[in-house]
Amino acid sequence: MAMDATTPAKRQADMMAALKEAAFAGLITLGLCIPIISWGTRQNIENQLVLDPRWDTVAWAVAIVFVGRFLMALRQQTRDPNKPAVRLLPHGTIGFFQRHSGLFSLFGLGFLLVFPIIAITLAGWGGALKWIDNFGVQILIYVMLGWGLNIVVGLAGLLDLGYVAFYAVGAYSYALLAKNFGLSFWILLPLSGILAAFWGMLLGFPVLRLRGDYLAIVTLAFGEIIRLVLVNWTDFSNGYAGISGIPRPTFFGIPFTAADNGFAAVFGLEFTPLYRTIFLYYVILCLALLTAFVSLRLRRLPVGRAWEALREDEIACRSLGINTTNTKLTAFSLGAMFGGFAGSFFAARQGFISPESFVFMESAIILAIVVLGGMGSLWGCAIAATAMIGGTELLRELDFLKQVFGNDFDPTKYRMLIFGLAMVVIMIWKPRGLISTREPTAFLKEKKAISADMVQEGHG
Amino acid sequence: MEVFVQQLINGLTLGSIYGLIAIGYTMVFGIIGMVNFAHGDVFMLSAFIALIFFMLISAWLGAGLIVLALFFVLILAMFFTSLWNWTIERVAYRPLRGSFRLAPLISAIGMSIFLMNFVQVVQGPRNKPIPPMLNKSILLIDSATYPVSISYKQIIIIVSTVVLLAAFWFIVQKTSLGRAQRACEQDRKMASLLGIDVDRTISITFVMGAALAAVAGVMYLVLYGVVSFHDGFVPGVKAFTAAVLGGIGSLPGAVLGGLLIGLIEVMWSAYFTIDYKDVAAFCILAVVLVFMPSGILGRPEVEKV
Repeated sequence: MAMDATTPAKRQADMMAALKEAAFAGLITLGLCIPIISWGTRQNIENQLVLDPRWDTVAWAVAIVFVGRFLMALRQQTRDPNKPAVRLLPHGTIGFFQRHSGLFSLFGLGFLLVFPIIAITLAGWGGALKWIDNFGVQILIYVMLGWGLNIVVGLAGLLDLGYVAFYAVGAYSYALLAKNFGLSFWILLPLSGILAAFWGMLLGFPVLRLRGDYLAIVTLAFGEIIRLVLVNWTDFSNGYAGISGIPRPTFFGIPFTAADNGFAAVFGLEFTPLYRTIFLYYVILCLALLTAFVSLRLRRLPVGRAWEALREDEIACRSLGINTTNTKLTAFSLGAMFGGFAGSFFAARQGFISPESFVFMESAIILAIVVLGGMGSLWGCAIAATAMIGGTELLRELDFLKQVFGNDFDPTKYRMLIFGLAMVVIMIWKPRGLISTREPTAFLKEKKAISADMVQEGHG
Repeated sequence: MEVFVQQLINGLTLGSIYGLIAIGYTMVFGIIGMVNFAHGDVFMLSAFIALIFFMLISAWLGAGLIVLALFFVLILAMFFTSLWNWTIERVAYRPLRGSFRLAPLISAIGMSIFLMNFVQVVQGPRNKPIPPMLNKSILLIDSATYPVSISYKQIIIIVSTVVLLAAFWFIVQKTSLGRAQRACEQDRKMASLLGIDVDRTISITFVMGAALAAVAGVMYLVLYGVVSFHDGFVPGVKAFTAAVLGGIGSLPGAVLGGLLIGLIEVMWSAYFTIDYKDVAAFCILAVVLVFMPSGILGRPEVEKV
């Protein structure tokens, strides 16, 4: 009848086609597994390389891919093409969060302020150290680095793959100046920020003419040059051995030690190393909030508007008389400055730094946080940093997996593997990042959220 | 003089390896305008594939037929590495075509991290040495102070690089496949209107790049006799430098750039200090990109509004 033509009948699953696709995927997986998975290499007692066949692992991999692809193909066939793909959040959730973003910011801030107290009440004095240090401080460092890089990548649209260089400049400035000249943390914190900003300007100057991918590669080269100099110039930086015994920050002159003039004794408390961790937690919280505050305020200043304009269209910017040189340099040096702050905090927290902490992978992680969070979005950065760093830290906690896979199973081995895979998957799933809508800074009558698809990053 | 000739030979050997990897960068950049960040790690993966096949085949053929074994290893490594790169393109880059510009780059960085750690997980973090082979060498200049020689390894590396480059040059210049590639490079939309399967052409570009990276991987294994999971990053960046130096998008440029980078690195190590050889390579990259962004043989980029 006429109705039949218009009502979409539920589409029949084509088993054969799905099976064919699954078999193809399985075959490809088998090819990929040969020989890299099917034979493992290891050294025997005479230090010669021998091969261990591992066909059972290959069989598992092929089976998993076969079944997964089969189910996916079936799902794709039976799905109503008019319905949108997978939705994790109900429609309008993001909009709801954005309308009430002030409220949620306050809530998030409140949670961060009381986080150490929550950790202590839930995990006790002994267990809280791990939670505050590994999760709180660690995540906040990356949130701060993400927000700092966000100024360069998210606002100004300059893709920087060597951000970790400024982190290193900050860390080494603090370590060397504090160790050799005995200056205090509170003097060196701004000083290392200034030094990093200076380096940002120095490295930013030659790359002004470059755009897009080329800029990314040159910044990568600069990052690597700084690391290699730190490795090789042993008189200056002590090379791979690194700098140890870096003075720890004090509570306005009161050290966190068990001595009589230590923090615990002065305030009449029982000594525990937790006080220092809690203090560091609040320091990095303040630094991160400062970064967020400055970048929020800068967006409303002429220079911030110029950054965003530069990100959208450099040629238009130039023809409107914006000084692109200054605009780019301010973005570079401000981003670098916050990297420097984070670096000097990192050195003070660790007490030991070596070039190993400033490898390219760190830059990639920070960039991943900015891009996956949705460029230009502070909330997105914070969520991505929590998910990425907190998630990989959580892998350490998965001891129960040892009971499933045997005692040799070490989940931390898979940390970076999952990290890399997550980057690819999120890019394919949401190329604009998790929070992909923007709030305009300049608007007529009413502020409307704009989809990030409307804006083009990375051209300038 | 003897030192110079010896370093020239060493530099050309190393430069051939860089040139082979650089072609993969330059072809992919030419056709989809993307820096394939994972290419260095594909090279590292190919070296591992070659390592395992070498052990299997040399155990089967015996130590006498090492050149024949290497030939089989080369063919197998080229095939399986191509399969890997084909899959990577299919899974990680193709869905992002037409997305915003940074998306494929980020995806490629993710893929690079994944590959590096994948090899670490499945093959272990230690260096993997193979027994030394082809140790004989030919004495070129018999000098009392500094005898100059070229080893069999170096001859094999240089000769096979030249042969394979000639083959690929022929494919790109003379076959219909190469014509399709060059057409996609110039204007992808127009090429698809004229009936060229763009997706297929791009896939084949990735396969060709991987095959050449696999050749480089086998040569690297023959030359150094050891490979580990983080060996992909630095040669990858150096090969990219070579591609940029020669002019990105140009095949002869990539080879020329590779040879230059190899020579500079070796000469730098011989005459200055070995510590800063990587710094030298990175400095060249920065200087070339800043002052000569179109490279030696590249076409200058025209900015269209």
